[in-house]
Amino acid sequence: MPENVLSMEHVTMQFGGVVAVNDLSLRVDQGEIVALIGPNGAGKTTAFNCITGVYEPTNGLVTFKGEPMIRNHPQGKMAKEYKGSEPQMFTEGYVPAAGEQTADPFAGTGKVVSPTPDHVTKLGIARTFQNIRLFSALTVFENVLIAKHMRARQNFLSATFRLNAKEEKRMREESMALLEEQNLAHLKDEVAGSLPYGIQRRLEIARALATEPKLLLLDEPAAGMNPQETQELTDFIRQIRKEYNLTVFMIEHHMDLVMQISDRIYVLDFGSLIAQGSPAEVQNNPRVIEAYLGVADDAED
Amino acid sequence: MQYGISVLLSGISLGGQYALIAIGYTMVYGILRLINFAHGDVFMVAGLMMVYLSAALPLGAALPLVLLLTVLLGFAIERAAYKPLRSAPRMSVMISAIGVSYLLQNLATYVTGGLPQMYPELPLLSQNVSIAGVTTKWVTVVTPFLVIILVLALTQLINHTKVGMAMRAVAKDFETSQLMGIKINSVISITFVIGSALAAVGSMLYFTNYQSIVPLSGALPGLRAFVAAVFGGIGSIPGAVVGAFIIGISETIIKGSNWSVFSDAFTFALLIIILVVKPTGLFGEKATDKV
Amino acid sequence: MIEKKSKKGAFLALAFVAALLILVIVLENTMKPTHMLFTVLKKGAVYALVATSMNLLNGFTGLFSLGQAGFMLLGAYTYAILTIPVADKDSVYYLYGGSTVKFSLPDLFGGADTAPGLILGVLLALILGGCVAALVAWLIGLPVLRLKSDYLAIATLGFAEIIRAVFQWDKLGPVTNGANALKNFPTFSSFNITNANGEVVLRLSTFVAFLLSAICITIIVLLINSSYGRAFKAIREDDIAAEAMGINLAKHKRLAFCISSFFAGVGGGLFAMFANQAQAKNFTTAMTYEILLIVVIGGIGSISGSCIASFLYVAASEWWLRFLDTETYIGSFKVPFLRNGFRMVVFSVIIMIVVLFFRKGIMGDKELPDLFRKRAKTKGKAGAEHA
Repeated sequence: MPENVLSMEHVTMQFGGVVAVNDLSLRVDQGEIVALIGPNGAGKTTAFNCITGVYEPTNGLVTFKGEPMIRNHPQGKMAKEYKGSEPQMFTEGYVPAAGEQTADPFAGTGKVVSPTPDHVTKLGIARTFQNIRLFSALTVFENVLIAKHMRARQNFLSATFRLNAKEEKRMREESMALLEEQNLAHLKDEVAGSLPYGIQRRLEIARALATEPKLLLLDEPAAGMNPQETQELTDFIRQIRKEYNLTVFMIEHHMDLVMQISDRIYVLDFGSLIAQGSPAEVQNNPRVIEAYLGVADDAED
Repeated sequence: MQYGISVLLSGISLGGQYALIAIGYTMVYGILRLINFAHGDVFMVAGLMMVYLSAALPLGAALPLVLLLTVLLGFAIERAAYKPLRSAPRMSVMISAIGVSYLLQNLATYVTGGLPQMYPELPLLSQNVSIAGVTTKWVTVVTPFLVIILVLALTQLINHTKVGMAMRAVAKDFETSQLMGIKINSVISITFVIGSALAAVGSMLYFTNYQSIVPLSGALPGLRAFVAAVFGGIGSIPGAVVGAFIIGISETIIKGSNWSVFSDAFTFALLIIILVVKPTGLFGEKATDKV
Repeated sequence: MIEKKSKKGAFLALAFVAALLILVIVLENTMKPTHMLFTVLKKGAVYALVATSMNLLNGFTGLFSLGQAGFMLLGAYTYAILTIPVADKDSVYYLYGGSTVKFSLPDLFGGADTAPGLILGVLLALILGGCVAALVAWLIGLPVLRLKSDYLAIATLGFAEIIRAVFQWDKLGPVTNGANALKNFPTFSSFNITNANGEVVLRLSTFVAFLLSAICITIIVLLINSSYGRAFKAIREDDIAAEAMGINLAKHKRLAFCISSFFAGVGGGLFAMFANQAQAKNFTTAMTYEILLIVVIGGIGSISGSCIASFLYVAASEWWLRFLDTETYIGSFKVPFLRNGFRMVVFSVIIMIVVLFFRKGIMGDKELPDLFRKRAKTKGKAGAEHA
């Protein structure tokens, strides 16, 4: 069995009275490309934000490479208002039912782990954004170079007084090498915001790769692309998975891309998981068809 | 006991005057997300205009004229200094507001020659009255009632007229309301007009109490009123009024104690504590950024 | 390739600064020392540092802070308290019967009238002034830096006001001299070299102001061009993306805030040296606004812009526009409007014009060398095509 990279256990995200993600459990294994699909507003990006530390999930556990990375249970006012599933599972004193298997090493402790997004990135998870978020006034090269900052051995004094020349040189060389691998080297001095949309997407992925991730989260990488660009992107994702020994977890709407590339697919609707399995299985699942196409009027009667 | 009553009375009255300024801050912030740094100076200019106009005209003519000119000033500031920057980053608009404030203060210094000006005595308002054994000016008594009447009228306007509905729509979502055919620019102008008018009324009440006006007279009351607006939850009119009364009363209490040097420090400390503990204030709504 | 270019640029910049310093020495020793020019140069140098420190925060990190005057106050008071000669303390603190700070840094190194005492004492006091400002910034930053744009601005402005109130507090009189001015400490003029008769042989006062300011600005420039500077810019561009790239927002924001405040503190110390006194009532919000406007006029995000704008601003307000403040007659015709206060009116109108119509300021977000580099780059491209 391949090594598990990411697993979400009963993750629920509730905003006020709205449950955006409910009881989501899924796993992504080493080397896989897994897709998360679902109609608009199904809670896909919210799920991503729960993994990357942008939101603190209301309830649930996220592990990365087998280690618990994020863990929470409904607290304070939320404890009363909580409308999701499994309100007790991550609280203190919880006793797993007989035969229940749990990957939770803190079961019964009520421990809360909530890292900030930068910490998650440092652990080895990089992401892109649904609406591209580049450092648009900076150059392509700087965009990538900034991603190297986190892992450099330096402090502000050594950096200011140029005592980190070796590290700085390494960062520059690595960034340049990455740009060359991604065929972006000729654009290195261009201002990122002025690039064409497709290139910006590519740069955003390159920037994510510069953080040296194990797991790459792509939020609608093909949004706004035409069929040919989408095809190129498909090849590109396969290629980087191989070259950088990556695991990829992505949100996508382009079914061509998803069906071609994914090893497994999870389908989310109204915040809950409604189907999972290989592309073929998901394609023929009646609940998925229902979620995407709606139910015929006569079927409802 | 008497001391307590007099402190409470002047605190409430001061709070009412702050409330009238705070409404201008809170309405503008609600719509433009801008701290209108010049608002306190508009208040000061209203006071100065009264000084000069009352010297030349009978009070019956000077009062409405001050009101009208202050409204025009507020309108002109918005058109000249904020409208051209509508699509600019928020920081630019704020810097423009600081620039306008700087300009108004310097103009006032130029016109007055930097000398403190005495505010004219207003009939009735300036006269003394005795309540529960405490002697005070009529203005102290009138202020809270006037504030309540004005605020009620304003909430009626906002909740029950077409303009008010447009204001609420623009405050909720600037761009969408534009798409829905609301004339943003006129809504914003009306906001500034209302804010300036209330500031003018506020200045009449405030300077009847604290008679001398210098070019910097607007800066601190302005900041205190802004703190009141934040305290009540920026964008909320009842919030601004409640906040202003709290600020006014606490300021009067501190001014009367041994800690009077710290009266402004206290106001700002209060501001920081609110911002850190409950940034939405007492009645504000929570807004979340979408990632 | 890049390395070489940046080394060459650094060398050129260094040569430029050195030439400037020499020019200042020459000017000061050939012209009349009371000339307005030197007041402008000294104050301009001090403001250039403070404006640069504000630009580091507002322009490069995207944190809109209005606390600069407060941090300057901390630096100025720390500097003054630590350098007033022990012998002068009783006369300065006469209202409080002397100071509780019984030592003076220059005295520890042999007194302010000896070279080592003066140089070491002043330097140490300035650095400590910066450290006090940075420390306070660190404490304030804990809660305040979580706030967004305008809330951060108003909160830092509030803190500056609180600091000012505390320093004017009567109970702290034995340390701060209450609301009264601190004076008699070493100033820029103390660095003029005198002979045995007390006559000045070599004037170095403006030079010292320039040198100290230049060193600090150089350090800020080095920081901005380092990996940390890039991280700051990333936060300015998009804090969510920066965080997703592994940049710890809280840590980096606080770092920028503390460094900016450190240099504002040093700038405050220098301001005290320029003004020959330190008094809390001078470090008002209006001062912060002044510095903010300098940053805006120079171009938010341009260090050379801030420096140029500082000198222009100070020269215009203290010197070139002075004539607007005096009533003038041409023959028997009285020029209208000219009287006390008109200068500031004209001045604020100019500022409004810059803010509204020249929003990028003098330099935009470019630096002085960029203007030359652009030409070099197009040349380079043409060369490549030939090859």
